[in-house]
Amino acid sequence: MSDGVLTSGVQGGLFAAWRAMLVRDLTLAMRRRADVLTSLFVFIIVVSLFPLGVSPEMSVLRGIAPGVIWVAALLATMLSLGRMFADDHQDGSLEQMLLLPHPLSMLVLGKVLAHWLVSGLPLVLLSPLLGMQLGMEGEAIGLLMVTLLLGTPVLSLIGATGAALTLGVRGGGVLVSLLVLPLYIPVLIIGTGAVDAGISGMDYEGHLSLLGAFLVIALLTTPLATAAALRISVE
Amino acid sequence: MALKDSIAWYHFAAPKNFYPLAGKMIPWFWGLTIVLLLVGLYLSFFVAPTDYKQGESYRIIFIHVPAAWMSMLIYLVMATYAIIGLAWKVRLADMMASALAPTGAMFTFLALWTGAFWGKPTWGTYWVWDARLTSELILLFLYIGFISLQSAIDDPRRAAKASSLLAIVGVINLPIIYFSVQWWNTLHQGASVSPTMAPKMATIMLTAMLIMTVAFWMYTIAIVLMRVRRIILERERQTTWVMELLGDETVGEKDGRK
Repeated sequence: MSDGVLTSGVQGGLFAAWRAMLVRDLTLAMRRRADVLTSLFVFIIVVSLFPLGVSPEMSVLRGIAPGVIWVAALLATMLSLGRMFADDHQDGSLEQMLLLPHPLSMLVLGKVLAHWLVSGLPLVLLSPLLGMQLGMEGEAIGLLMVTLLLGTPVLSLIGATGAALTLGVRGGGVLVSLLVLPLYIPVLIIGTGAVDAGISGMDYEGHLSLLGAFLVIALLTTPLATAAALRISVE
Repeated sequence: MALKDSIAWYHFAAPKNFYPLAGKMIPWFWGLTIVLLLVGLYLSFFVAPTDYKQGESYRIIFIHVPAAWMSMLIYLVMATYAIIGLAWKVRLADMMASALAPTGAMFTFLALWTGAFWGKPTWGTYWVWDARLTSELILLFLYIGFISLQSAIDDPRRAAKASSLLAIVGVINLPIIYFSVQWWNTLHQGASVSPTMAPKMATIMLTAMLIMTVAFWMYTIAIVLMRVRRIILERERQTTWVMELLGDETVGEKDGRK
């Protein structure tokens, strides 16, 4: 697979390399479907634990639903971060990517997009089901989907930096959560804030604009940080 | 911090030259710490008047507020050293960043702890989900992340680089976290009590607080210089000057490191 990336990376332009990276990571993920499904089921199970642990009362659940689903999405994203670079690091293809004549940050962006398509987008698509389980209404569910659609790419982008920093490190899997979860807090606050505001009939456009702003900032900055972290890890 | 008064920047940026300089500076900073701490504590506990609303319990702010200030300042200084270390590959800057982290985490913890003890008599609860408390707690998480990442990587150079990058990412995020937490707090309307103190503070209270802040600052410099000397010895142990130094000073310690 990495041969394909390398040849198209060297011969083709930047976009060709970027697309090859995306297609390669998606193909690899499709060949290991169980990994993808595992983190999705973690998402579902974590959400299902709350009615059991807190209360089966719909009125209680409705109040905490946006927060519960968002926290579960944070945890599910975090669990899937390990896959992003670890295999490439182990089989040496990461070093080949560093040698490509293209900016590493663009290749990272391709990998992050693949990660989001495989582990972020399914969360967005599943969230209405879980929202209904927790007694959310139609409009609130729509809003929840929009916030997750804007927010989960940010989680993948920030997570990529954390994953690159902990590459090949002792206990990296646990460590990455320690590094990344504090940085997820703003996304969590604004994401749940939008849904809460929508439920209580307040204006939520400000929240969505902020989430969009987070996404733009993360798109512009985290690939650079991730590329720097990868270079440190491979040294 | 300590380097700024020196003209010979480049000379003292070498760990070999900084090690003896730090050794000479440490007693002075300890002296300043002790004097300022004694004066500050005397002012705080005996001179400053009792608060008419909060009684004697308000005196905890003479520890609490300087600790909270230091916790934020140290993170900024740490990130600055991280940038210097990454951009110009100054080994001493990396060492300073890692020497600062435990003290920063300690002050963050101290601020949270004293805050809890102040909150109990004042607000009637040890913890409220107030914006400042929450962001201080997140700051503690960031410090712990920095320390854990550094100790998880065995190669000291890679550890320094990776944790420096993390500190920089953290310092960019810090204002975003702070403002979002503040906004979250106003949305949720959780705590009805505000931690802001009476707008007019007696001059003596302010003086005591400032002296305590400077005392904490001097303490930070002293303890960080001590820690950085240890780190220099540990990371430069293959060099001849460290071997000579340890051969002269403490043979036992050198044997222990082998």
